[in-house]
Amino acid sequence: MSTLTGILGATDAPAGLREDSARPLLPLRLEGAVAQVRGRVLVGPVDLTITRTGVTIVMGPNGSGKTTLLRLMHGLQRLSAGTIRWNVPDDVARERQAYVFQAPIMMRRSVLDNIAYPLILHGVARREARARAADWAERVGLGAALQRGAPVLSGGEKQKLALARALIRRPEILFLDEPCANLDGRAMREIEAILLDARAAGTRIVMATHDMGQARRLASEVVFLYGGKVHESAEAGAFFEAPGTPEAEAFINGEIVE
Amino acid sequence: MDSIFQGLGQAVRLIFTLDPDLYEIIAMSLRVTLSAVAIASLIGLPLGAWLAVNRFRHRRATIAVLNALMGLPPVVVGLFVYLLLSRSGPFGVLGLLFTPTAMIIAQVIIITPLIASIAHQAIRDLWAEYHDLLISMNATRGQRIRSLLWDGRRALLTAMLAGFGRAIGEVGAIMIVGGSIEHSTRVLTTAIALETSKGNLEFALGLGVVLIALAVAVNLLIHTLSGTERAPAW
Ligand SMILES: Nc1ncnc2c1ncn2[C@@H]1O[C@H](COP(=O)(O)OP(=O)(O)OP(=O)(O)O)[C@@H](O)[C@H]1O
Ligand SMILES: [Mg+2]
Repeated sequence: MSTLTGILGATDAPAGLREDSARPLLPLRLEGAVAQVRGRVLVGPVDLTITRTGVTIVMGPNGSGKTTLLRLMHGLQRLSAGTIRWNVPDDVARERQAYVFQAPIMMRRSVLDNIAYPLILHGVARREARARAADWAERVGLGAALQRGAPVLSGGEKQKLALARALIRRPEILFLDEPCANLDGRAMREIEAILLDARAAGTRIVMATHDMGQARRLASEVVFLYGGKVHESAEAGAFFEAPGTPEAEAFINGEIVE
Repeated sequence: MDSIFQGLGQAVRLIFTLDPDLYEIIAMSLRVTLSAVAIASLIGLPLGAWLAVNRFRHRRATIAVLNALMGLPPVVVGLFVYLLLSRSGPFGVLGLLFTPTAMIIAQVIIITPLIASIAHQAIRDLWAEYHDLLISMNATRGQRIRSLLWDGRRALLTAMLAGFGRAIGEVGAIMIVGGSIEHSTRVLTTAIALETSKGNLEFALGLGVVLIALAVAVNLLIHTLSGTERAPAW
C-alpha cells in the first residue's frame, strides 16, 4: 500500500530533488574562474560572489570581457579553470536562470509565440502560455505587435521581446547583456521600471551596460572589468564616489580607457 | 523556330483534347515522382536535421559523402539498380525490374542525398542562430530538433521541391530500370526521348511543354498550400 501511494502521489518527488528546488539558487561563487579559447585567456582568473539580492552592474570598455563573464556564469562559455558553484546542483540551476543576449535571438515565429516559448518548453498548455505571453507583450510595449514575425521587429522591439521572454518564467537570476543598447530614452525608462519590478519580485539581476546613467540608477554593486580581469568590485555608492583604480575613474568620467 | 510553335500548338491540342495516352503518361510521372519524393523526404529530412545538431565521430566525412552522393550520375544509379533487380541479381526474385516500383527505387537513391543535404544546410544554419537561446532555456534534445524542424519548415519544403524537380525531369535511370513500356512504365521524360528518336519532334516538344508546365504547377500549388508567398520569411 505504501508503494502504491508512493507511485500515485504526484508531489512525491525524490527527497533530494525536493530539497534542491526549495533551496535558493544563490549565492553564486566563482573561484579562479577562467575562460580560455585556443590558448588565449579571454577572462579570468575571476573571484566573485553574486549574493542573494540586488543588482550587479558589469562595466568595462569594449572587449574587456563583460559578455564572456556573463556567459561563463550562465554556463554557455566553457570553464577552462577554477570553479563556478551555484547553491544548488548545476542541472537544477539552469532551470531557474534566464539570459538576454547582446544580439537578441529571434525565433522565426510570431512575437506571441516567441514570448510563450519558454512556457511551452516547460509543459504549460498552449492556450495559457499564449495568454500569459500576451500579458508580458503588453507590459514591454509590444501589445500591438503580437502576430508580427519576431525577425522583422526593429532592434529596440527585439530587445523588449527578449526581456519579456526572459522574465516570463520568473527566473531567480536574470543575466542581461546590454539590454538597452538600441532603446530610446523612453523605452529605456520603461525597461528599467520592469527590471525594478522584477527585482522587487525576487529576481536577482546581473547586467552589463555601457550606459553610465543607467548604471548609477540601477546598481547596488559594480563589477569593473578591464583586460579580462575584475579590476574592481565594489558597492555601487562607493564605486561611483571613489573608484579605487585610475582606469575605473577614467571610465566613470567618460574618458577613453584603452 | 517553326517546329517550336508547332510543338506548342501540339501541346495545347494534347492537353485540351484530353488525349488519354498523354494523361496516362502524366499520371505515371506524378505517381513515380511523388512516391519517390515522399520516401526520400522521410529518410532525408530527419537525416539532415540529425546531422546538423549532433556531434559524432566521422561527422565531417559523413557530410562529405552525402554531398558527393548528390552528384551521382543517374545513369550509373540506374545501372546499379538494374543489376540488383535483374533476374540474376540479389533481388531478382521480386520481379521488380521494368515496374514503376523499380523507377521509384532509382529515384529515391538519386534524390535522397539532395534532400538530406539541403535540409542539413538549412537546419545547421538555423541551429547556429538558435543555439545559445535553446541551450540557455534548457530545451531537451527532442525539443531542440522539433523546434528547428518546425521553424525551418519552409527550407525543408524547398528541399522537397528540389527533389521533386530533379526526379520529375530525370530520364537516364528510369529508362534503364523502367524501360519506358507503353501503358506500363512510360513517363514524360522517357516518352520525350522515345518520340525524339522516332523523329516525332512536335509530339516530343508538346510533351516537353507539358513537363515544364507540370513542374511549375506543382511548385506553385505547394507554395500556395503552405502559404510561403503570403507570410513573411520565418
Ligand atoms: N569565442 C571566442 N573566440 C575567441 N575570442 C573571443 C571569443 N569570444 C570572445 N572573444 C574575445 O574575448 C574578448 C572579450 O570579449 P567580450 O565579448 O566578452 O567583450 P565585451 O566586454 O562584452 O565587449 P563589448 O562591450 O564590445 O560587448 C574580446 O577580445 C573578444 O574578441
Ligand atoms: Mg559584450
